Amino acid sequence: MLKVERLHHSYGKAEILKNIDLGVERGEVFVTIGPTGSGKTTLLRLVGLMERPTSGYIYFDGHQVNNSERQRLEIRRRMAMVSQKPAVFNASVFDNVAYGLKIRKENGASLRHKVMNALETVGLSGYERRDARTLSGGETQRVALARAIVIEPELLLLDEPTANLDPVSTSHIEKLVTDVIKKSDMTVMMSTHDMFQGQRLAHRMGVLIGGEILQTGDPREIFSLPQSRKIAEFVGVENMLGGVIASNTEGIVDIKLHGAVVEAISNLGVGERVYACVRPEEITLARTKESTSARNSFSGEITRIVLFGPLARIELDCGFLLVALITKRSAEEMNLQTGDRIYASFKATGVHVIKG
Amino acid sequence: MHAIADAFVLAVKMIFTGDPEVYGITARTLEISISSTLIGALLFVPLGCLIYFNNFRGKRLLISIIQTCYSLPTVFVGLLVFLVFSRAGPLGIFGIMFTPQVMVIGQVILIGPIVIGLTISAVSGVSPAIRETAISLGASRLQSVWAVLKEARFAVLTAVMVGFGRAISEVGLALMVGGNIRGYTRVLTTAISLETGKGEVALSLALGFILVALALIVTVLANRFLRVKEADVAQSRAPTS
Repeated sequence: MLKVERLHHSYGKAEILKNIDLGVERGEVFVTIGPTGSGKTTLLRLVGLMERPTSGYIYFDGHQVNNSERQRLEIRRRMAMVSQKPAVFNASVFDNVAYGLKIRKENGASLRHKVMNALETVGLSGYERRDARTLSGGETQRVALARAIVIEPELLLLDEPTANLDPVSTSHIEKLVTDVIKKSDMTVMMSTHDMFQGQRLAHRMGVLIGGEILQTGDPREIFSLPQSRKIAEFVGVENMLGGVIASNTEGIVDIKLHGAVVEAISNLGVGERVYACVRPEEITLARTKESTSARNSFSGEITRIVLFGPLARIELDCGFLLVALITKRSAEEMNLQTGDRIYASFKATGVHVIKG
Repeated sequence: MHAIADAFVLAVKMIFTGDPEVYGITARTLEISISSTLIGALLFVPLGCLIYFNNFRGKRLLISIIQTCYSLPTVFVGLLVFLVFSRAGPLGIFGIMFTPQVMVIGQVILIGPIVIGLTISAVSGVSPAIRETAISLGASRLQSVWAVLKEARFAVLTAVMVGFGRAISEVGLALMVGGNIRGYTRVLTTAISLETGKGEVALSLALGFILVALALIVTVLANRFLRVKEADVAQSRAPTS
């Protein structure tokens, strides 16, 4: 459906996008995640043909997008984009939603029917005569979404559609996006800095950091097997223990940290500088040193306990900092207090090794 | 004060008794200034957009020059048009000197800078996001500019109205290239100038009142036209569900 090859883009001397390669299949939801300023918006604008790249190629539905204004317009009319802070025309909600159809020369009953349907989809039936500028942020975003889906684009581009919304509006928009995708065979390319949103909506994700796509894959893959330290940091791997591989026996490695050794699975060679990443929820805590199948066990002192919702986040000083996530109930049953010495253990298979 | 009051009475009398000469002059005034305003709007609103939406060398300088020309003296424009359209001038073969047509041409030139300049201010007041939104929904270049113009409709109308004000109130150009020919190119301003010269102050004042009233009526109508369109939206600000 969409293919991007060796895409570069700069504004003056600032290089915003570097060598982007990616492909989006028809009917797929592709989400680019990355921190603010990583080039997500620019990438969408280039794909949406709102701007011309400094160099590189974009293919839409098998056709290479060239420089002819006419071809660009033709392709642009097969997509629609919703921006992060949508602007509404100084007109009624109806006229705002009808805009894309009107410029495609649609009118009369079919236009009215489509607009009303789109408004119903986004839950704004009855709003059609309202002045679009008097709407709330969430409503405005829904009008923007209706305005885009009413033209039944083959490719829908969403640039951080919930970045400026409260949690209720956010979940509303997310639900809408999922519904719209389910109902039609629209392909969606979306950007977000909220990795959990990415995880909820994406079929496939691309991590865009510093203008480069560092990793693409399904959300589970990206969250559990980040390929580099930058990605691991961005997706919230809290335990990243820097060390050196001391031995490798048939894929089981010993990673030497400061005064400790972590056992993990990796095919990297001895002497390689690595990070051992352990997701906090992979760590189990115990009062006594038990013998379990977990290959890694460390004793440490609790330095901090933070409760949020049903979970407790426990910070341990084991000679290195280790963060564990357990349920609040189990923290209470174990009567964990700051200053207590306890044992933290995790399996060798729970460690994800990335090159340092 | 007496003179003004008398003139007012005379003006009212002339309007209601249907003095054919006054009616003729008034109709001609409207005809000429509305023609030049409409032609000016059709030419210069798009030209203003063309300047605003394109980037080229000397754009700022050009805009400064246009703004300077807001106060172009009417007699100076009159002189130029005279030189171009008089028998010996480059366009003398058209033989339209001292006709309403040449007055319209002169007025179009006169209001050009104002309409262009105020159109540029009008569209520059619209957030760039409007044009981007239009484009992201599939608008062509032209359609996206149209979306911006629609957004700036009040300010653009103001530009056109200011142009109309300048056209209907100018006298220097009308006198020089129109010639103030009775029943043909005599308009309210040239008539006032002539009658004042003849010492007919009351008549001049009466014509002046008519002129002001005309300007007022046209402005009110234009605003009313916009408000009616606006009311479609404003009427139902409250949610209907």
